[in-house]
Amino acid sequence: MNSDLSVERLPLLRVRDLRTSFNTPEGKVTAVNGISFDVNHGETLGLVGESGCGKSVSALSIMRLVPNPPGVIERGEVIFEGTDLLKISEREMQLVRGVGIGMIFQEPMSSLNPVLTIGRQITEPLEVHLGLTGRAAENRATELLEMVGIADSRRRLSDHPHQLSGGQRQRVMIAIALSCEPKLLIADEATTALDVTIQAQILELMKNLTNQLGTALLIITHNLGVVARYADRLNVMYAGKIRESGTAEDVYMRPSHPYTVGLLNSVPRLDRPASERLDPIEGEIPDPSNLPPGCAFHPRCRWSISKCSLEDPVLERIETDQMVACFESKSVARATR
Amino acid sequence: MNSIDHDQQADHFISQVSEDSPILSVRNLSVHFPIKRGFIVQREVARVRAVDGISFDIYPGETLGLVGESGSGKTTVAKSVMQLTKADVGSVKFEGQELVGLSTPAMRPIRRKIGMVFQDPYGSLNPRMRAGDIIGEPLKVHHLVESRENYRSQIASLLATVGLSSAMAERYPNEFSGGQRQRLGIARAIAAGPSMLILDEAVSALDVSIQAQVLNLLQDLQEKYSLAYLFIAHDLSVVRHISHRVAVMYLGRIVETATSSDMYENPLHPYTQALLSAIPTPNPVHERSRERIILRDDLPSPLDPPSGCRFHTRCPVATDLCSQTDPDLRVLASNQQAACLLAPGYSGAKGV
Repeated sequence: MNSDLSVERLPLLRVRDLRTSFNTPEGKVTAVNGISFDVNHGETLGLVGESGCGKSVSALSIMRLVPNPPGVIERGEVIFEGTDLLKISEREMQLVRGVGIGMIFQEPMSSLNPVLTIGRQITEPLEVHLGLTGRAAENRATELLEMVGIADSRRRLSDHPHQLSGGQRQRVMIAIALSCEPKLLIADEATTALDVTIQAQILELMKNLTNQLGTALLIITHNLGVVARYADRLNVMYAGKIRESGTAEDVYMRPSHPYTVGLLNSVPRLDRPASERLDPIEGEIPDPSNLPPGCAFHPRCRWSISKCSLEDPVLERIETDQMVACFESKSVARATR
Repeated sequence: MNSIDHDQQADHFISQVSEDSPILSVRNLSVHFPIKRGFIVQREVARVRAVDGISFDIYPGETLGLVGESGSGKTTVAKSVMQLTKADVGSVKFEGQELVGLSTPAMRPIRRKIGMVFQDPYGSLNPRMRAGDIIGEPLKVHHLVESRENYRSQIASLLATVGLSSAMAERYPNEFSGGQRQRLGIARAIAAGPSMLILDEAVSALDVSIQAQVLNLLQDLQEKYSLAYLFIAHDLSVVRHISHRVAVMYLGRIVETATSSDMYENPLHPYTQALLSAIPTPNPVHERSRERIILRDDLPSPLDPPSGCRFHTRCPVATDLCSQTDPDLRVLASNQQAACLLAPGYSGAKGV
């Protein structure tokens, strides 16, 4: 991989105009429809949206794990450390997956192999990518388990996944994902299935470890609250596109896309009086195989004007670092400040 | 049933009980599941104390939120109120009538008055039945249909009440979105004119924008029909939003009850404090500045709960005493009860 000094000045990951679609019996579904964003070295980026918005498919596309068929990455660039991941061979891509980018998913039980010991599953990437074998690999695996907070780690190496709790399994997944010290960790709804107190443990752990290792973190979630504490920047997705992006502070405190505003008003919040009635977004999440014309959000939008059903607005910079795809972003911004 | 009938029915049920007496009164309820081993001769080798001696009241028109993590026993409480799971000990009184020990036929008229809504509407709606018949079934079971015409108009009115169009009566569950299915589940639950609903993780699986719509619908229905709710969920921010009072469960016990505002302003039990602190808020300034209590370890198994206070293994303030003495729920303030030896004023306080 390119280790030019100039690479340091580029973002760690640069996604440009990425488009991924699926061929289904109902026709072609464009799950990710031309998204562009950067992840800088060491930063934490949140990718937020509801079901079907394309956030998980974005992550799978970056990792080139979209099942093909039916999925196709139609176009775009995924430039990681100067190399376009969409242009390299599958063999080279495997190296990126192990050493460059680590990934953890929602359900650790389906990512872990039920018939192999925890130890074997941690030592495998160490062997393949770092050439560690035998005692050395085992020692490193023990260290990794300790690092993710599993007590009595040497003994736990011989456990099988079913002997661990949900939180412990997610800790093991983090140990595996970080075993080769990747530059980027992608966490796709990694804490969604966990109890709240365990969710808090895992989030703190991920944040602390990525801080220590200088790893950038891409947190994908439907829960706006989860990323508020950790994300430096935030992308909000709806119907396959990024509709708003900016620093966490800007997006949460000065939301300028009607969808972001609607999402924030939909969640019951501990920082607001309980008696306050929720102000939800009207209507249903659209069927990805049959999206409304123009801006896909317009049928649910309070600010929509006639133009919205004809033309799809592009992401435009409205303030220092905030990008919004909405014709009415100025009035939205005024209303929410 | 048109909405006027429905209103009258709701009034009718409310008038049976005075405003001051609880509609549901649970006392010292315990549900234990035996774990059996052995091939021909089965022996009981252990017991899961899913619910272990809990008491609470719900008043007409009130929402009691029951919050807890997995294994806390909150769903078992719902099932044992409905007598779908038999209680080992304790009493469940609904509108003054004891339900524990009632036979299935004797429970039938009670089931008309207590509606249930589940987490997974897809799993609880028969995929081969049309939406109209799903909602209409309780009407038929409880003989509330006068004529074919009346049946149809009742269904249309129920659909309108939950925000669905009457044309949807002809569709099958798979043609509905997740939010619409949950509306259907709610329509079925209110069809027979209940005075109370048990909502078990009823909004947990929904996307946030849809979840907010359903929460507002539930609040509207409560106001319209003076319904009492037992609202069970793991998400304390949702529970606090919809509930008048909240009961926090941990490993089969209620560890704290309080009004929603007291619970948030002044949580007395360390577990409640930790739960509150673990709930993320979409406000980066607030989130980054506040101290987070991170509990150590995993939830203990309900098969083998810790000695003394069940929370002591994870409690940030536990002392030696906590591993020996099992605290009962005591009244620590008006409308606030907690089971913690270290809560201010606990030792001198009265039991519940």
